[in-house]
Amino acid sequence: MGEYKDPNRRDFIYIAAGAGAAGAAAMAAIPLIGQMNPAADTLALASIEYDLSKVAEGQQVVVKWRGKPLFVRYRTPKEIKEAQDADWKTFRDPQPDSDRVKKGHEQYLILVGVCTHLGCVPNFGAGEYGGWFCPCHGSQYDTSGRIRQGPAPKNLEVPDYTFLSDTKIKVG
Amino acid sequence: MSILTKSLKAVAGAALAVSLMAAPHVNAAENFKEPEAPKEGFSFEGPFGTFDQAQLQRGYKVYREVCSACHSMKLLSFRNLAQKDGPFYDPKYKNPNDNPIVKQIASEYDIPEIDPDTGDEATRKGTPSDRFVSPFKNDEAAKASNGGAIPPDLSVMAKAREGGARYIYSILTGFRAPPAGLTIADTQHYNPYVHGSLATQWKGDPHKVPLGGVLAMPPPLADGRVTFDDGRASTLSNEAADVAAFLEWASDPHAIERKQTGFAVIIYLLLMAGVTYIAYRKVWKGKH
Amino acid sequence: MSEHKSTYEPKTGIEKWLDARLPIIRLGYDSFIDYPTPKNLNYWWTFGGILSLCLGIQIITGVILAMHYVASADLAFNSVERIMRDVNYGWLIRYTHANGASMFFFAVYIHMFRGLYYGSYKAPREVLWLLGCVIYFLMIATAFMGYVLPWGQMSYYGAVVITNLIGAIPVVGPSILTWLQGGFSVDQPTLNRFFSLHYLLPFVIAGVTVLHVWALHVTGQNNPTGVEIKSKEDTVPFTPYATIKDGLAMILFLVMFAVFVFFAPDALGHADNYVPANPLQTPNHIVPEWYMLPFYAILRAVPNKLAGVLLMFGAIAVIFALPWLDTSKVRSMRYRPVMRWFFVLFVITCVALGWCGAQLPTDMVFSMGEDAQGNPIGLSVVLLSQLLAAYYFAFFLIIMPWIGLKEDPLPLPASISEAVLAKH
Repeated sequence: MGEYKDPNRRDFIYIAAGAGAAGAAAMAAIPLIGQMNPAADTLALASIEYDLSKVAEGQQVVVKWRGKPLFVRYRTPKEIKEAQDADWKTFRDPQPDSDRVKKGHEQYLILVGVCTHLGCVPNFGAGEYGGWFCPCHGSQYDTSGRIRQGPAPKNLEVPDYTFLSDTKIKVG
Repeated sequence: MSILTKSLKAVAGAALAVSLMAAPHVNAAENFKEPEAPKEGFSFEGPFGTFDQAQLQRGYKVYREVCSACHSMKLLSFRNLAQKDGPFYDPKYKNPNDNPIVKQIASEYDIPEIDPDTGDEATRKGTPSDRFVSPFKNDEAAKASNGGAIPPDLSVMAKAREGGARYIYSILTGFRAPPAGLTIADTQHYNPYVHGSLATQWKGDPHKVPLGGVLAMPPPLADGRVTFDDGRASTLSNEAADVAAFLEWASDPHAIERKQTGFAVIIYLLLMAGVTYIAYRKVWKGKH
Repeated sequence: MSEHKSTYEPKTGIEKWLDARLPIIRLGYDSFIDYPTPKNLNYWWTFGGILSLCLGIQIITGVILAMHYVASADLAFNSVERIMRDVNYGWLIRYTHANGASMFFFAVYIHMFRGLYYGSYKAPREVLWLLGCVIYFLMIATAFMGYVLPWGQMSYYGAVVITNLIGAIPVVGPSILTWLQGGFSVDQPTLNRFFSLHYLLPFVIAGVTVLHVWALHVTGQNNPTGVEIKSKEDTVPFTPYATIKDGLAMILFLVMFAVFVFFAPDALGHADNYVPANPLQTPNHIVPEWYMLPFYAILRAVPNKLAGVLLMFGAIAVIFALPWLDTSKVRSMRYRPVMRWFFVLFVITCVALGWCGAQLPTDMVFSMGEDAQGNPIGLSVVLLSQLLAAYYFAFFLIIMPWIGLKEDPLPLPASISEAVLAKH
């Protein structure tokens, strides 16, 4: 390199040029990474409405929501009682049944049907607790969708949903 | 004609002049009138142009009341109307699906679906995530109802025609009675802005073939055809300008975002170029 | 790197450890830091760096687009529009990719004309030139297949016309055509294989580019005088001298790139490609992308299908043969007073051929009235294309060998540093 009278100013301009290039690269990375987030049309489909009157007592209907199964279960009085009476404070993921249903609509249990262990879909009505049994690694959920036995760390997820009327819910 | 072919033309023109061959270019196959903008211009043209939201709303009304009777817009969803720079965008609703105007518009349409219990065809009320409803079930039905010509989808119409919004405006306002000597079928409508050739239908002097071509579409707009809610005079020109603006937006909904990003990017690059140039001079000092 | 001794000295323990096992830092250091670069390189030499930038941009944006694109005849058009409308920054990425192809070709043409003017193809750089030609040919193939993917009208009929060129081959042509299209027309199988190859070829280009740069570093760079490097006085280290100059040129190139992407994103495309492909109706005016127009004009200059196809491929093939067609002892046209003017005429010819490619063949460039039957007389586009194509081939096959023998070159400078000093 040549001779320079003012090394500080020289260094500054190199640092500025380097910083400019680094800044440009960082800004270019925003769209390149951001594009992998859900697109506008994917987000637009993210909420669904469902008519609960289609579910018979003691049964569940599986609806597709955000590409995942959504369990809509119409619980019998016996199942509700089991869920409410269980000693939830001793559970792995302690949560009362009242936190997992909407007040006044206790018979309807709405859950994301994805095992919290590694993402399989648990089978309805199987297992010791009358809830769900995951065929992949044997996690067992009760009639409130809480983890009772097996490797799963959490209860089945309750999605955000609201009752639009007595029989209609909007999920997401 | 793209900018590049134009500039190629310019360069090639210079080249031809060098070889003493400069002469006007005569296009034998297609003659048409160059598309024009409305008198008041289009607000979105040019690097600083933005969409006029009131105009987009009026344009949507024209599309909905007139165009949508025959033309689909399959690539658009109701939610698009409420996204940024869209006709019904409201900064209060960041998520366009929540915009009440668009929810209302969507709910006025019946969306076909399959009844999950019976498997029968059924309909439900539209939601913002639904696509615009097509006027015909399929291309065959569209053809049958329109004398054998399928009305083209309008989703990207402003990009799919040379001249964009100007072309759409010019076509909509450009229908004329065919000049004497031009034989035209009942299903055809003469328009000087259409890219076509009328040589075979022309009886007169072969050097004076009228400009333009024919369309299967009859003149869709006229004075008083659409009443605007904001009191703008419902003249043919206003209706055409507004719907052209709406279709321009629909074809290129990110245009404003694009141009704004462009300014930021170019200013940044120019600053970088300045700094790099100084660094370059310092590095090369005494070496040249 | 034959004459240049490595000066890399690993400093830290890790560098020493790695250098004894995989001297990759040494390779980078010798190629891009300490590499002796002729000190008189002008801005035409920055396009090599710009081209690697273009390739990088195309590969990155292309890989991203492939995450969203659907290679299905029914869905391709809509999936591209979904990228433009719904995917986050999709419009930016797609417009960058689409205009990037044009920028890539713009840069490669300057790069090639630079090589032509300064004799960069002459011994010992023939392999370097050949590898460059291979890259150019792969670029054409990649760009063509990429243009098919949006499945608009121009995509579709571009694919139809270009694949049908193969059908011109006698006897086996039709069978090869069916094999290439994977059916009896351009359809789903064609689209799918074009997508696959369009994804593959850029990496082949990247591979050949490595060979190209390798060959460059074996022979050393040519320079505007065409006189080889004689001493250390003639060179500067690649970094910082060439890096900063290349960097500046890249930034200015990106400004032009950005003007297209953000303010005229569709200026280089065709409106018809926003109309979904319709196998039942051809648009009125089929033209390839601008960078293919000169070859298209040559194709149409000949009324015979096979001859046109052969001539068009010949126009590319002749570029490969250039190192053996030039008989001159002098590299740089700076010192070739006659050849220089034929070069200028050649550049004009290429541009004019491009212009012809964009016109209808029956159009008149200038008209001199009509004959008795009412047919126009004058210079038609097809006639002009023929004249230009004739010069295109004459330039390589006649002028290059002939002028090289006849011409009296100007005196060459003794060395690069002498030429640099003489300028001041």
